[in-house]
Amino acid sequence: MTARIGVVTFPGTLDDQDALRAVRLAGAEPVSLWHRDKDLKQVDAVVLAGGFSYGDYLRAGAISRFSPVMETVIDQARSGMPVLGICNGFQILTEAHLLPGAMLRNNHLHFICRDQKLRVENAETAWTADYEQGQEISVPLKNMDGRYVADERVLDELEAEGRVAFRYLDLNPNGSLRDIAGITNAAGNVVGLMPHPEHAVEPLIGTGGTDGLGFFTSILKKLVAA
Amino acid sequence: MARVVVDVMLKPEILDPQGQAVQRALPRLGFEGIADVRQGKRFELEVDGPVDEAALARIHEMAETFLANTVIEDFVVKVKS
Repeated sequence: MTARIGVVTFPGTLDDQDALRAVRLAGAEPVSLWHRDKDLKQVDAVVLAGGFSYGDYLRAGAISRFSPVMETVIDQARSGMPVLGICNGFQILTEAHLLPGAMLRNNHLHFICRDQKLRVENAETAWTADYEQGQEISVPLKNMDGRYVADERVLDELEAEGRVAFRYLDLNPNGSLRDIAGITNAAGNVVGLMPHPEHAVEPLIGTGGTDGLGFFTSILKKLVAA
Repeated sequence: MARVVVDVMLKPEILDPQGQAVQRALPRLGFEGIADVRQGKRFELEVDGPVDEAALARIHEMAETFLANTVIEDFVVKVKS
């Protein structure tokens, strides 16, 4: 039995098919989840994919956070189920307070789309174990509201506990404090990041590399070992 | 029907590039003398029934959990007559 990994589709989600594909390429069983259903179909882990859920009309991720599926995801995440939030998914995780801080409009006010270099700062989370600490990877980045902010106390705490999971290299694309591209919760099961590993899992598309595949092979290994 | 206004503003220490963009545009349009602009959100709520203490408490809760993200934003609730 291989691991079942769910990908949630909200109205306005754009990257669910890419995330399902990445899960399949990593060797796990992809399971589509619908935002109106509380039922997680007995998945072992959940990916919140990128896009503009509910149009981001109030704040990015703010409305989705109250959808029925999130009630269960929040519950399960608190008891240890691995959850990965990519881009809009990261925004939803901060709005749900599963991760600290908040995501705001890019400091230059432009939508940005580029290949982004990142450094893996924490290779011990459920979603990063297949990377080496300090490894540099390149994955696509595309967002409007990618500026990570938190107060100094929270930022210091994240740094001290090794919970800055990814940092932007060469260029900070959105004004995120301390070049933070992604963070993890204290338990290491919930990870959020702005760039898109699910778009870098096949040589033919995205960056032309497969640097993003490690997220999905990491979680598969963790779940099979568990 | 009573109206309640919820004003939401980014906390003072949070960078507001939208407000800054507006502020930078002002002199180009001939509006001088504005040292700073910060942009917020205003929600106007039409409330069924009286706006008593209980109703206001509910609206306060709504603002705190949903209309504002208190990690980055402050809010003020005002009753309009």
